[in-house]
Amino acid sequence: MSATIIALAADLAAGRVSAVELATEALARAQASTLSAFITLDPERTLAEARAADALRAAGSAGPLTGIPFAQKDIFCAEGWRTTAGSKMLGNFVAPYDATVVARGKAAGLVTIGRANMDEFAMGSTNENSAFGPVRNPWDAARVPGGSSGGSAAAVAAGIVPAATGTDTGGSIRQPAGFCGITGIKPTYGVVSRYGMIAYASSLDQGGPMARTAQDCAVLLNAMAGFDERDATSLQREAEDYTRDLDQPLDGLRVGVPRGWLGDGVSADVRAAVEAGIAQLEALGAKRVEVDLPHAQYAIAAYYVIAPAEASSNLSRYDGVRYGHRAAEYADLADMYAKSRAEGFGAEVRRRILVGTYVLSAGYYDAYYLKAQQVRRRIAEDFATAFSACDVIAGPIAPTVAYKLGEKTADPVQMYLGDVYTTLVNLAGLPALSVPCGFGEGGMPVGLQLIGGAFSEARLLNVAHRFQQTTDHHLRMPPAGAPGAGGAQ
Amino acid sequence: MTWEVVIGLETHVQLSTRSKIFSGASTAFGAEPNRQACAVDMALPGVLPVMNEGAVDRAIAFGLAIGAHVAPRSVFARKNYFYPDLPKGYQISQFEIPVVQGGSIAIQVGEGDKAYTKQVELTRAHLEEDAGKSLHEDFHGMSGIDLNRAGTPLLEIVTEPVMTSSAEAVAYARALHALVMWIGICDGNMQEGSFRCDANVSVRRPGEPLGTRREIKNLNSFRFLQQAIDYEIRWQIEQIEDGHTIQQATVLFDPDTGETRMMRSKEDAHDYRYFPDPDLPPLVIEQARIERVKAGMPELPAAMQARFAADYGLSAYDAGQLTASLDTARYFEAVVAAAGAAQAKPAANWVMGEVAARLNREEKGIGESPVSPAQLAGVLARVADNTISNNIARKVFEALWNGEGASADAIIEAQGLKQVTDASAIEPIIDEVLAANPQSVAEFRAGKEKAFNALVGQVMKASRGKASPAQVNELLRKKLAG
Amino acid sequence: MPLAPDDVRKVARLARLAIADDEVAPTLDTLNRTLDLIGQMQAVDTTGVEPMSHAHDVSLRLRPDAVTEPDCRDALMANAPAAERGLFLVPRVIE
Repeated sequence: MSATIIALAADLAAGRVSAVELATEALARAQASTLSAFITLDPERTLAEARAADALRAAGSAGPLTGIPFAQKDIFCAEGWRTTAGSKMLGNFVAPYDATVVARGKAAGLVTIGRANMDEFAMGSTNENSAFGPVRNPWDAARVPGGSSGGSAAAVAAGIVPAATGTDTGGSIRQPAGFCGITGIKPTYGVVSRYGMIAYASSLDQGGPMARTAQDCAVLLNAMAGFDERDATSLQREAEDYTRDLDQPLDGLRVGVPRGWLGDGVSADVRAAVEAGIAQLEALGAKRVEVDLPHAQYAIAAYYVIAPAEASSNLSRYDGVRYGHRAAEYADLADMYAKSRAEGFGAEVRRRILVGTYVLSAGYYDAYYLKAQQVRRRIAEDFATAFSACDVIAGPIAPTVAYKLGEKTADPVQMYLGDVYTTLVNLAGLPALSVPCGFGEGGMPVGLQLIGGAFSEARLLNVAHRFQQTTDHHLRMPPAGAPGAGGAQ
Repeated sequence: MTWEVVIGLETHVQLSTRSKIFSGASTAFGAEPNRQACAVDMALPGVLPVMNEGAVDRAIAFGLAIGAHVAPRSVFARKNYFYPDLPKGYQISQFEIPVVQGGSIAIQVGEGDKAYTKQVELTRAHLEEDAGKSLHEDFHGMSGIDLNRAGTPLLEIVTEPVMTSSAEAVAYARALHALVMWIGICDGNMQEGSFRCDANVSVRRPGEPLGTRREIKNLNSFRFLQQAIDYEIRWQIEQIEDGHTIQQATVLFDPDTGETRMMRSKEDAHDYRYFPDPDLPPLVIEQARIERVKAGMPELPAAMQARFAADYGLSAYDAGQLTASLDTARYFEAVVAAAGAAQAKPAANWVMGEVAARLNREEKGIGESPVSPAQLAGVLARVADNTISNNIARKVFEALWNGEGASADAIIEAQGLKQVTDASAIEPIIDEVLAANPQSVAEFRAGKEKAFNALVGQVMKASRGKASPAQVNELLRKKLAG
Repeated sequence: MPLAPDDVRKVARLARLAIADDEVAPTLDTLNRTLDLIGQMQAVDTTGVEPMSHAHDVSLRLRPDAVTEPDCRDALMANAPAAERGLFLVPRVIE
């Protein structure tokens, strides 16, 4: 299924198809798929949601998303759904409450097809850190879909669902969107509620939509975004219609390209696709300007202090006392803690907890944590300066196309370097999206990253939408017969 | 060998909010286990804290009451440690920038000639969340965890190390206890854990730098506070005199043995890895909020004490007694308001005397007094206008206490207690008494003044207390002279 | 200064993560290389720079003091590994 939300919504509105029919088809595709895009399918729950959506429509209360099937990243607590965050630690955890994003989705009539696979606690860039097995890239089953929202990206790219939720702490929406050839936006920090979204790094985490087109992302973001009194970092702002500017012309748009971002740091195929994407924006009336982000090169360093530090504390609640994995055998309380946590967490999560614990520990706080927070401000200041000279920043999402499975697992530190173009955006709290801009090595998709100033989501979606009006990268489907690409059949 | 004792107190005061500091669960005491622990208190995956303004306002009130700096910007931090009653694996507290900074509390130590006053300086007071409880009764060799208390707002109030004896520490704790109840930020219930003290104790020889301190945790009565500190002082001095050195430690006081012992669970808890809580932006307190809190606060005890002394001519001691609790002070003021300022001194005597004694006997608070301020004022008015004597007034009070009438006047009327001032009614009684007590009369005439008093007593008795003592005096002297 | 094996054990204990003896060396290697990576930021001059702990310069929102959460004990404790009489059970706690 390559249909967009907009197209399906029209079919639903016209009565050409029901929510139950769409859900049944999507479930069949999900069950037939070998991508491991889902951790949990629960057809009864899905169909109950679909019936509720049809009832909503019958009652005349349907909205633009009522009956649309989607994949929910397994990081959002949803009452009655097993919610694992990709971890053995939460392998048996059934959430007793709804995340705000889940509640808003329900209210909009979205139908959950399943719980999307992800890197454990959103820590990873390949989805190989899931306790439920790696997700495969629909374009090449030997490659990763990216991470941490890899299941979400793969499910949309394979045509199993037209939409998915993701979360982005250091690139986890944009990078898998780029690797899988779909569109995904990380909103400004504070726009989408974090309540019920299992925390990785609280000051960086932000939920957002992933879909085939920018227009679909805008419609989804309308449902996801908004002030939430249960999240103290949720921003109290007027509700926005993110579709309002989609069709605005791009004449005079100043597109900033950071100096050095399209040099030796990116592979030739990615560079070529991103350059072509920028050229296309120019063809649409935009003006290319060079900007400087002098501290961007330190973003990975600051990120790998701040994110693990916050994570080490956020993940302390997983102690085997109130929920989650508890070791079968232990000598005493301290032993139960240490064994339950060592068994329940995977290797990368344990590594980040150790790094985070270390950088916060007595004697190291100033040199690491405090320093990283200062570097973070430098990076935010760089962006403020850059946005006085341009309206959006354009660049790559990742240095290469999707990696081969296993290619990066041997060396986690090398894998961190792949986050060079994404983490800085989270550090500054800014919105950014990934839009397909071509294909590179092995016929793999390449994403173009567009970064904006705070609250410029509507503008970013406008640029991406106009871009997609004149390009067809986002319409291409993985080759038929690609292993597990159930949707292409 | 003389020793100097240095004591600092950290007091955990549970704030009297309806809901928890970061969640909408109830703070009421005594619910069944875990029935007042919501998803946030249980630290389920994904939940987030949202700050209760009731806790902020109470912290501000405390800051104002002790003359402290109320920080316009303070920061919540995570204190990381693992413990089963700490569901998140960290406690949300304030570390580098607390909400209340500085301030002081005046204490009165000792009694009689040795009494003295002292100003105890505070370092800070910060907002934080309480932990749950571990129940150690036997569950097949396991402990039970109840998180009802988790997330109850606490104000942790920290003094400078300026107290030099257990008596000073207890005087401070009592003054603080009275103050937090006075300004209505804590119910003061120590049995229920609403007010808990940790004492940092060290000893040194005069002129030497501060000794190594040991922290006694969780003292929930003034008596235990005193006993624990006294034990700890003796123990530390003995250790040093025996040639040992004191190691910094956290200890618990065992009321059964009267001794302190090391806490095992705190052995490796020295690295709390504090950092600003990313879930909570800085707490910004605008001047308008401070003004609003100030406007809602009662007059503070020190100010009220001074006013009582100045306006009513009360001694500092009396004014201090009357301002020991807000309820007492309010009762006293209500009596004076009804009886008139001229009655302030007798009102004070009654409130501190008869009323306090009666309440004490029945273990009641002054708020529960069956005799209202207006009723007591009625008694005072009748004494003032000589309708009844002080002795009869006590009878009337007793009757009011027992609900025998609605007012002093009603009881005086119903029980015929009105003072007799008609000389023609008293004179026959005097005559009878003189006739019946010739020996006393003889003794008086022989110059024994004591005998006169005995005769007055007899007359009063014969009048069943209704005669005016002054009038009896006058008439009796006239008779004896005649 | 790179970490030593004992540092790894100490941090693991602080983080309540059991670590087997044969895991210490590989963990040490990754941690040291991670510290090298994050050490790059020491090149930034941050004199006088205010640390940034939040994405936005906003102040804490306060909620009214009202009880809004009803008793949901049974639902909230449904995932407990061990519970009895409304209590979570853990190995004996020693104070």
